[in-house]
Amino acid sequence: MIVGNRKPLEEILEMVKPYKKILLLGCNECITVCAAGGEREVGVLASELKLSRAKNGGEIEIKEHTLERQCDFEYIDQIKPFVDDYEAIVSMACGAGIQYTAERFPGKVVLPAINTTFLGVTLEQGVWSERCQGCGECILHLTGGICPVARCAKSLFNGPCGGSSNGKCEVNPDTPCAWQLIVDRLKELGQLENYEKIIEVKNWSTSRDGGPRTRVREDLRIPKDS
Amino acid sequence: MKTKSNIERLLEKGEFVVTSECGPPRGSDAEAVRKKGNLLKEVVDGVNVTDNQTSVVRMSSLASCVILKEMGFDPIWQLVCRDRNRIAIQSDILGAAALGINNILCLSGDHQSFGDNPKAKNVYDIDSIQLIHTVKTLRDEGKFLGGDELKGTPSLFIGAAENPFADPYEIRAMRLGKKVKAGCDFIQTQCIYNVEKFSKWMGEVRERGLHKQCAILAGVTPLKSAGMAKYMKKNVPGMDVPDSLIERLAAVPKENQAQEGIKICVEMIRQLKEIEGVRGVHIMAIEWEEKVAEIVKAAGLSPRPA
Repeated sequence: MIVGNRKPLEEILEMVKPYKKILLLGCNECITVCAAGGEREVGVLASELKLSRAKNGGEIEIKEHTLERQCDFEYIDQIKPFVDDYEAIVSMACGAGIQYTAERFPGKVVLPAINTTFLGVTLEQGVWSERCQGCGECILHLTGGICPVARCAKSLFNGPCGGSSNGKCEVNPDTPCAWQLIVDRLKELGQLENYEKIIEVKNWSTSRDGGPRTRVREDLRIPKDS
Repeated sequence: MKTKSNIERLLEKGEFVVTSECGPPRGSDAEAVRKKGNLLKEVVDGVNVTDNQTSVVRMSSLASCVILKEMGFDPIWQLVCRDRNRIAIQSDILGAAALGINNILCLSGDHQSFGDNPKAKNVYDIDSIQLIHTVKTLRDEGKFLGGDELKGTPSLFIGAAENPFADPYEIRAMRLGKKVKAGCDFIQTQCIYNVEKFSKWMGEVRERGLHKQCAILAGVTPLKSAGMAKYMKKNVPGMDVPDSLIERLAAVPKENQAQEGIKICVEMIRQLKEIEGVRGVHIMAIEWEEKVAEIVKAAGLSPRPA
């Protein structure tokens, strides 16, 4: 899933300073699962904003609304009937959702309440961890199912570096060294000979470095003129 | 000989090679480089010039190399993958060769979070093993990574670092094998304090025949005090400082600990020299360059061969 963090209240307060009527828009997908911008978090943020405003002698009208997704126009369009009643939308979706909501309402101010961080998994309740950077050319078959691009601080293809210590990454003692994990896994799979193969220079053009990416499935498209 | 490198020439003659290190200054003063250089003049066979080590911004490694070259040194240009993509790397390699640099040390580089710009973006377009292969491809095949042919190939003696003490231990010799396969001519190791563990690693290296395919220079760093030894053990990842060493330093009065550290370093060099496959020593006396001459002499490695 896409994982994100809610921005600090102070930062959101600063963004909404000029507005008295805002639409606070949650998203029911990934950002709900990682407890950052779902219905519950929309409620919490709305209360916090109202309380702060009131404390400073001001007022703010907030409509709380959570969409099934903010990455599809068919869901975003559900706010059409009332969106114009508000001066600004504060989106609690991931970066994709925030942008797509803004794209649907070009004349409307759309503000981000979430810092989108990574593609990851739930380690345990309340803990999420990065797994993928969407580089567009997966090499997990070579690395025992553990991604060095996303999980090594230096994205080394032929790691580990000299900073691997007791299974941990030198950058953060709470982070496992990806290459320790890879070596352990290759050993378990009886594939340690894979480690001896040099992984060659990566093609980054399939990643963000090649420019913004679009995926097209012609067979699924609906012809424009029909 | 593949290159005009002084260390390659000496290694081919079968000499036990001595290299040291010179960290560029945190400013644009060329005199600071010369001052450090003067401490190492005629003391060693080659001087490594670090590339923004610990991710702290310093004078560029290549510029410092050129200053040392003008002083008569044969610098070993350190190049890290942290700050440059493959375009800049290949371009800098050509530029370095054009300026008369004969040795390159290919490194990943310390993560930027340790330095003075922890908010920087890192590059890591390629890693150190891929960098070794890049230099080899430019030098031996006369080709760029993109496949085009070069006009004038860079003649660089290719080095890399290896840490025999980092985890996971079981792949350390295998990893050196990858570096050799990628095209590495010489290796400088992380500083060794645990000679026993290093010997074990060298045994694995010999079993794979790697010591015949690349020259291994054993890294040493003199300890200034028991405090420094403890600090390194605790805080520097992949550093193996045995307690016996810390105890030995601590048993000496504080004002004599530095001298004891030098003594330990000299003893260690003598031990390392006896290990089959060790072709030289790399003395990293960080901000203590003035002691290198004394260490080299006490280890019986002075004067250096012509």
